Amino acid sequence: MLHGYFPALLGGAVATIQIALSSLVIAMGFGLLGAAAKLSRWRALNRLAQLYTTLIRGLPELVLLLFLFYGGQLVVNQIATAAGLGYIDIDPFVAGVSTIGFIYGAYLTETFRGAIQSIPRGQIEAAYAFGMRPLQVFFHVTWPQMVRLALPGFANNWLVMIKATALVSLIGLDDLMNRAGLAASAVHEPFTFYVAVGAIYLGITTISMLLLRALEQRYSVGVRRLQT
Amino acid sequence: MRVDIFWSALPSYLSGCGTTLLLLLLALVCGLLLSVPLAVLRASDNLWLSRPVWLYTYVIRGTPLLVQLFILYFGLAQFAPLRESMLWPLFSSPWFCAGLAFALNTTAYTTEIFAGSLRSIAVGEIEAAKSLGMSSLTLYRRVLLPDALRRALPAYSNEVVFMLHATSLAGTVTLFDLTAAARAINADTYRPFEAFGLAALLYLLLTFALVGLFRSAERRWLRHLQPRSAA
Repeated sequence: MLHGYFPALLGGAVATIQIALSSLVIAMGFGLLGAAAKLSRWRALNRLAQLYTTLIRGLPELVLLLFLFYGGQLVVNQIATAAGLGYIDIDPFVAGVSTIGFIYGAYLTETFRGAIQSIPRGQIEAAYAFGMRPLQVFFHVTWPQMVRLALPGFANNWLVMIKATALVSLIGLDDLMNRAGLAASAVHEPFTFYVAVGAIYLGITTISMLLLRALEQRYSVGVRRLQT
Repeated sequence: MRVDIFWSALPSYLSGCGTTLLLLLLALVCGLLLSVPLAVLRASDNLWLSRPVWLYTYVIRGTPLLVQLFILYFGLAQFAPLRESMLWPLFSSPWFCAGLAFALNTTAYTTEIFAGSLRSIAVGEIEAAKSLGMSSLTLYRRVLLPDALRRALPAYSNEVVFMLHATSLAGTVTLFDLTAAARAINADTYRPFEAFGLAALLYLLLTFALVGLFRSAERRWLRHLQPRSAA
């Protein structure tokens, strides 16, 4: 049915998952930094984080992707020329992953900030009263509860982000979408291949949803729920 | 930074904006018309009614919009009977395919928003309406839908902003929207910061305008849910 292109598509799916997971790591980094900045005592950091989340969430991903991809290329090459190096081609993987990570970092900033703010302040004060250092407070008190509170929002962002990775094919990354396009034009069956891509994405989102639901249950052990 | 590029390129950005807004309006109007009845089915207790709608929203929400757009615009050309049918002028038009893809997409998300809002209506309101002898049609028209739709406003405003951003994909099927205008200017001038920066600015303005519009709508229709002012 797929004219022998199944392995190629599978390879594309692996690439897509790699792109999504790498972007997620970067997004979590930006999200934690953003949340820390938003909750910081320093007004300048608050403002910077506010600018970050407002700008990113007000713009289409595709525009940001193109802006950072073409703009980054220009800046890197101006620096390279100034330093006497030759022309440097930005790796589309690096460009795509860092852009998607940067964008979803803004969404995760809000998720993490909300989660941290819903941890009772007294617990953190108590931890300090026991003589814990800031990092200990973070790992023993804030983090375990933050995960539970942030998981629903995090799951949502992950599902949106997975689907957004389809855009990286537009800056020339060899992902699932790109491979389907090549196969479709080789055998003139675009419908077959794009539907196959849709099915693979649906599989990935379904598995993610099941895993995240299990994780949510794992982290909610000890939380009493109202029986209905 | 070169400002003169802005002036010479402004007409093409404005025409791009027009395409973007027209696509958004098309998608939202179709989406609203379809999602209200679908949400009623989705929130129904009858599984024969709610399951098919669930399947539709599940498939649409589980796959990227870009894939949906490509299936409609590039994919359907695979079928010779369709190519030779009377419908082909429609399905070979990027306007129709992009409009259809965006409409089907926003319908799925909006249906879930409205259905969630319908399900969370206080039981007492339904009981009160029934005890007054309302038929179920009247119940939906007078009680359930007005209440559910207005409480869905905040979530729906997010969906509208997402849809504005989603229309940036229209350029991939040859339409000249705001993003496509920026790409064309970037290709002409090789000045990505100016080209995409101006598009970004216009998108921000559109986003803020939409957010402001929904704020005032919420002030009007959700006044009863707002905290009372001290005065």
